[in-house]
Formats: sequence, structure tokens, C-alpha cells
Amino acid sequence: MIKALSVIVYSLLIFALSALSEPKKAYYGNFIASFAMCLVIVCYFPTIPDEYLTSAAIALLLGAITGTFSSHRLKTPALPQMVALLNGSGGLAAGIIGITELTASTHTFELVLLIIYTGFITFSGSLAAFIKLSAVKIPFNPQITKNLSYILFILSILSIYPIYQNTSYALLIFILLAIAFGFCFILPIGGADMSIIISVLNSFSGWSTLFVGFSTENILMIVVGTLVGSSGSILTYMMTKSMHRPLFDVFFKNPSIQKINTDSKRSEIHQASAADAAFLMENANKVIIVPGFGLAAANAQKELADMANILKQKYQVNVKFAIHPVAGRMPGHMNVLLAEADISADDVYELKDINQEFKTCDVAYVIGANDITNPLAKTLKGSPIYQMPILEVELAKRIIFVKRSLATGYANIDNPLFYADNTLMLLGDAKEVTKQIVTVLEEG
Amino acid sequence: MLIIDIFILSCFLGYFAIWRVTPTLHAALMSMTNAISGIVIIGAIKAFNEITAYPEPYLLYFAIFLASFNIFGGFYITTRMLNMFKPKEKKHD
Repeated sequence: MIKALSVIVYSLLIFALSALSEPKKAYYGNFIASFAMCLVIVCYFPTIPDEYLTSAAIALLLGAITGTFSSHRLKTPALPQMVALLNGSGGLAAGIIGITELTASTHTFELVLLIIYTGFITFSGSLAAFIKLSAVKIPFNPQITKNLSYILFILSILSIYPIYQNTSYALLIFILLAIAFGFCFILPIGGADMSIIISVLNSFSGWSTLFVGFSTENILMIVVGTLVGSSGSILTYMMTKSMHRPLFDVFFKNPSIQKINTDSKRSEIHQASAADAAFLMENANKVIIVPGFGLAAANAQKELADMANILKQKYQVNVKFAIHPVAGRMPGHMNVLLAEADISADDVYELKDINQEFKTCDVAYVIGANDITNPLAKTLKGSPIYQMPILEVELAKRIIFVKRSLATGYANIDNPLFYADNTLMLLGDAKEVTKQIVTVLEEG
Repeated sequence: MLIIDIFILSCFLGYFAIWRVTPTLHAALMSMTNAISGIVIIGAIKAFNEITAYPEPYLLYFAIFLASFNIFGGFYITTRMLNMFKPKEKKHD
């Protein structure tokens, strides 16, 4: 029975994952995957011994309620936090299962230690990512925290030895060290690297499931754990490639620690008003909008969609959206935001499909993005963004930057485009500024 | 050694399935994998049959709670995300 079940379940899940190749099919894929997971719960749950069954069912119910409720109330800009939280809870579940397996003699001891280690690192690392994404400020020195994490790593490895003699106390120390290591290791990693970190943690939650599958010799957990793990790894690979930033640099080099001399002269910026921007865009033939994390932070996607619609319908402007793979704080972050605002997927282009169009466009409207447009990526050797493929907004006739301030981006280097002659700077909150532009466009 | 074979084959399977996913849906992919990694619930259920010491059931209840949080939270978010992509497919003329 269980054997037949696992064949059905992993077939359905593989099918569901490959359905994500198209938004239309994806909806059914999601439905199929949910069905498969329900099957798992329904078929496995009765195998719990009667004395524990009621409490376990209550735990299941509570988890379902908490999960559904918290995702229901979640606002779109907080999506990356939620994904981080889910990564963490998957890791923690595996880690806890590892603890209980340690006392049972049927499992390979080293494997169980591996489950505990990866599980708890995933948990505390995700917690650190969650804190960073929620923009909760905790004062810490990045360099010291990073160095501390190396010490914690060595200590945690050393603490494995005592577990062989005495399981209870030594195990607790081992777990605490693993948690501390994961937390201190992820905490100093900066904002723009978050989409990579989220992917890494995503794959880790899969690997910890895989290890549980290994120790219990359960095929379903092995297959699914591997699928999740490889999905996270492939996303990591794609992200690091899009940033041209090796994983090693993400982990061990923090741009906010390194200071880079850009030699660029800080000349005057050309500050503009919303009316200027509206005038430029309504008279343009083609406008390309480049969204970045600032759009998510300001929750300005609805206003942006309004602006695009007015430009298209009232002024017959050709409006397109250009998305850099690492824009935002998780893979596909910008796509979700634009979709939420009902912007048609046909108007949204990936970097490689739209980059040659900037030279034919009249206005590039960059909202809340910085590093992904910085032309220094091509020339400035040694900078964290060197050789990162950028959206070539510098080729557009006019550039409008909507930014809260002139501060450097995450990479900590100046963007020479801010001072270029064909750039207009609109300093202010992305939501407010776009709203003002919409008002001007409606009146004019 | 069978489990190693399964693992290797699954790696290839994952590789080919995931590369097909459109970048538009990468966020949905993440939340869906979050949801299905809740399959670790099987591990918790199995561990109930080999309980040896007192606090273990409570640890396992907590593990079940977390896995169920993953499954339901993950799928709910994926559904919400995919719904955002859905309406404009209809609207598009």
C-alpha cells in the first residue's frame, strides 16, 4: 500500500513541478501537488500508535491553521520573509526528527548528526534571513560576526566528539553551536545577496529532508528532498550567474566592509519634478520601466500599473517592463509584484530579451533600482558588481531615476548615471512620486 | 545501495524539471518546494513508532506542527501567487 502510494505521490509531484513551465499550467500543477501532499497525510497518519494519534492530529491541525492564516494575512511585499520562514521551519522539523532518531538504535549515527546539523543551520540561517528581510535593525559589526561564525563552526565540529560518549548534554551543546553558527554566518550577508541566500536555504531545507529520507530509508522523502534541494541549487546557480558573483564571494566577502574607490566625480544631479517626468513620458514613443527592490519596499506596484495604463491608453506610448533576474529579494520577486498589479505578462521582459531595446527607447523609468543599472559593472574591476550583466538603461535617450536618496546601492559604489546629463532624478518615495505622475498624466 | 541510485536519478530528474521552469514563476517555485518539503512529516510519523524517552513525543508533535505549517502555508502562498498571474490571461485580448 505504502509502496504504491509513494509511486503515485512522487509522480504527481514531479508532474506538478514541471507544470511550472507556464503560468496557465502552473495552477493545475499546484492543485495536483496539494492533492499529493494530502494523500501522504491521509495514508501515513493512521500509522501513528493510538496513544499519540489524537495529540498528533491536533498538532497537524494547529500547523495547518497557523500556516493558512499567516499566508492569508501576508502582504505581497513580505513574500520573501514568508519564504525564509518556511525554509526555516522545514529545516527545524528535520532537525527535531533527527534528535528523536538519535536515541533509536536503528539509524546510522553519523547520518543522524548530519540531519541535526543541516536542519538547525537551515533554521537559524533562515531566522537571520527573516530578520534581515523584515528590516529589523539589530546592531552588530559585520566583520566580527563573520569571524565569530568561523569560530562557532570549528567549535560545533569539535563538539561532535563528546556526543559519542554522552548523548544528552553534549547533544544540546552541539545543537546550540549549530544554531549560533548558522545565525552568525548568514546575518552579515547584505541585502542584495538575499535572493541568493534564500535560494541556498531553500535547497538546504530540501537536503535536510533528503537526509531524513536516507536514515529512514524512505524513498518518497529521498525523491522529494532531492527535488527540493536541486531546485534550490539551480536557483542559486542562476542567481549567482545573473549577478556574476561566485557563491564564495556571497558568503565570505561583504561589500559593506570593503570600501571601493570609484574615482567618479560627484557633479551636480538634475533634479526633476513629477510634472517634468510626466511630460517626458507622455511625449515618448517608447518607455521601458525598470523596477527594483525599492518598488517592493514602497509597495508602489498598483500606482506603477496605473501609470503604465494611462501612458498606453491615453497617450499611445509603447510601455514595457524590464526585469533583472536579481531585482528584489528573492527569485521572481518583481514578476509577482507586477502580476499582483495586473500588469500583463506579455509586457514584462527578462534581461536578455529587452536589453537591445534600450537604445531605441525614449525614456527609461528606473524605480527603486540602482546596482542592476550601474554601467560601472562593465568597467570597474574589483567592484562587487564587476561583470554583472546589467540592464543597459544608459543607452536610453532620457533616464528617470525614482529614488529615496542618492545613497549608494548595496554594492556600495556610486552610480555615474545619477550625474549624467540625460538623467533626471526624482527624489522621494516611489509610491508618492508615481502617484503624482499619474495625477499629472490624468489632468494633461 | 538502492537508495543512492534513487538519489542520483532524482538529481537528474530535478535538474531537468527545474530548468524548464519559467523565470516568471521562480517565486512560485520556491513556495511550492517549501510546501512539498513538508513531506518530512513522514519522518516524524515514522519516529512515533520508535519512541524511547519521555520528551520525544512532544518534540515530534512540534515537528508535525512545523511540517504541516510548511505544507499548508506553502500551498496557500503558491495559490495566491498563481492567482495573481491568472486573471490577466483572461483579460488579455
